Amino acid sequence: MAEQAVDEGRRRFLTVTTAVIGAGGATALAVPFLASLQPSERAQAAGAPVTVDVSRLEVGAILREQWRGRPVWIVRRTPEQLAALEGLASQLRDPNSAVTEQQPEYARNPHRSIRPEYLVLIGICTHLGCSPLFEPEIRPQPFAADWKGGFFCPCHGSKFDMAGRVYSGVPAPTNLAVPPYRFDDDQRVTIGLDPVPGAA
Amino acid sequence: MAAVNPVSGAIAGVQKWINDRAPGLDAAYRKHISEYMAPKNFNLWYFFGSLAMLVLVNQIVTGIFLTMHYKPSATEAFHSVEYLMRDVDWGWLIRYMHSTGASFFFIVVYLHMYRALIYGSYQKPRELVWVIGVAIFLVLMAEAFLGYVLPWGQMSFWGAQVITSLFGAIPFVGESLVEWIRGDYVIADATLNRFFALHVIALPLVLLLLVVLHLGALHEVGSNNPDGVDIKKHKGPDGRPLDGIPFHPYYTIKDLFGAGFFLTLFFFVIFFAPLFGGKFLEYDNFIPANPMVTPEHIKPVWYFTPYYAMLRAVPDKLGGVIVMGSAVLILFVLPWLDRAPVRSHRYRPLLAKLILAGFVVAFVYLGYAGYQPASPGLTLLAQIATVYYFAFFIFMPWWSKLGHFKPVPERVTMHD
Repeated sequence: MAEQAVDEGRRRFLTVTTAVIGAGGATALAVPFLASLQPSERAQAAGAPVTVDVSRLEVGAILREQWRGRPVWIVRRTPEQLAALEGLASQLRDPNSAVTEQQPEYARNPHRSIRPEYLVLIGICTHLGCSPLFEPEIRPQPFAADWKGGFFCPCHGSKFDMAGRVYSGVPAPTNLAVPPYRFDDDQRVTIGLDPVPGAA
Repeated sequence: MAAVNPVSGAIAGVQKWINDRAPGLDAAYRKHISEYMAPKNFNLWYFFGSLAMLVLVNQIVTGIFLTMHYKPSATEAFHSVEYLMRDVDWGWLIRYMHSTGASFFFIVVYLHMYRALIYGSYQKPRELVWVIGVAIFLVLMAEAFLGYVLPWGQMSFWGAQVITSLFGAIPFVGESLVEWIRGDYVIADATLNRFFALHVIALPLVLLLLVVLHLGALHEVGSNNPDGVDIKKHKGPDGRPLDGIPFHPYYTIKDLFGAGFFLTLFFFVIFFAPLFGGKFLEYDNFIPANPMVTPEHIKPVWYFTPYYAMLRAVPDKLGGVIVMGSAVLILFVLPWLDRAPVRSHRYRPLLAKLILAGFVVAFVYLGYAGYQPASPGLTLLAQIATVYYFAFFIFMPWWSKLGHFKPVPERVTMHD
């Protein structure tokens, strides 16, 4: 066979196109594998609203329900606890609920709820997802000398007031989330549905 | 010529048959075992490499048997583990060998890393050995975390909740990343199932590959020793280092003694204190996972507590995650931070020894603090210890050069 000069340009072209097409194929192949790890259709469907009877709830008590696999708290606050919310603003990171993702618009008020008495929260710490403890009494605590009642996360020491607002100087970055909810009537609360416009 | 023993004749025949077809096997045996020249002055600190291999084998063998009874489903996992403990013959032993093995793995690996720290084993030309070793440490942490989730007790569940939430601190993509890792909007059956797959297949394969690379990289450059001297500088007429002895039989026998001592301790714990006072297996993990209630005092297993204390010491979500992550990742660059003219601490100035001692105190204190419930006094000390931990590394290029270094001997020294 005759000696042929190596066509460097052609060789480079073939090397680069092979690499690029191979990388493209590998990326395309990775998509199904990575996407298979996403929440499945079944997991996405399991988010039905939950209706809770709150008439049994005594003043100052907490009711724990499960919605979308998470704990949801319904607290019936005492007048003292509601009064204590007012003087706390300077100690809080977000006293006016400025972070809009943490509550629906109708819970963006000083008591962070539809009705002042009833507080509805997702019971998951916004730091790393522990479920904080309910410490409603207004009295000195090991974690805070002048405790005004609220929630204390035992995992990393985050503190929240009786409206789920986060204190400054703790690891949790935002207030506890308020789920969408509505009062069907005076006894029943449905978690997972917004209020019917005009009905509330 | 004496008559050939038929048995040894047959063995020699098989050996020749294999060597004719795969000559590399014999060469590999000689390179890595029978003619791997290790310094003759190894001391107690040099047991932990081979012990780590021993624990790895223990974890793989007991792990295979555990998977034969374990069910990776949220409804069945907890009970399948209790079934294994109560109804399967010797099931308790296999499980405790695995759970105790996890803690002993970290004891051995921490001591192994400390050995490298005091004898400068990460310095040139062993940077790659160290870097692969830190990668092993990282994978081991992931493997241990995933394994702790599998029994699906309270600590499994809430530990998984906290650790996966760490990724949520990443700006913009954090929340979707957490969902992708969990396979659900919360820690759920899907999470357990994939953690099982990662724990029993994916990470063990990575771990084994890294161990092979770790040893491969080590055997290219040769082992360091307590004096930090290069034994290849003085070779005998046969080309072998004068201060080196073949790994087999010398160190295989020595390591066998170490293994015997280790196994005595190991099985003492397995038989008499398998939970180790709630430190190896936490009491809350004997309560089935309950997504509604976090245990009063949630804490990781002891080997994660130093890093956990750092996470908790920072009063900011993203900041805490960054600090905790960097605390591990900073280990990767250690070989380029140490500017000391000698390797071993035997020849380093008193100042370096004191700084290292302070580092050990800070690390142990962080381990203690991470184990306790959060309190303001503890947090302040943990913050000081965290600052020291990082300062140790960040200022190492300066402090490692300070002071009066002792002359390093030409040959290794023996103290017996």
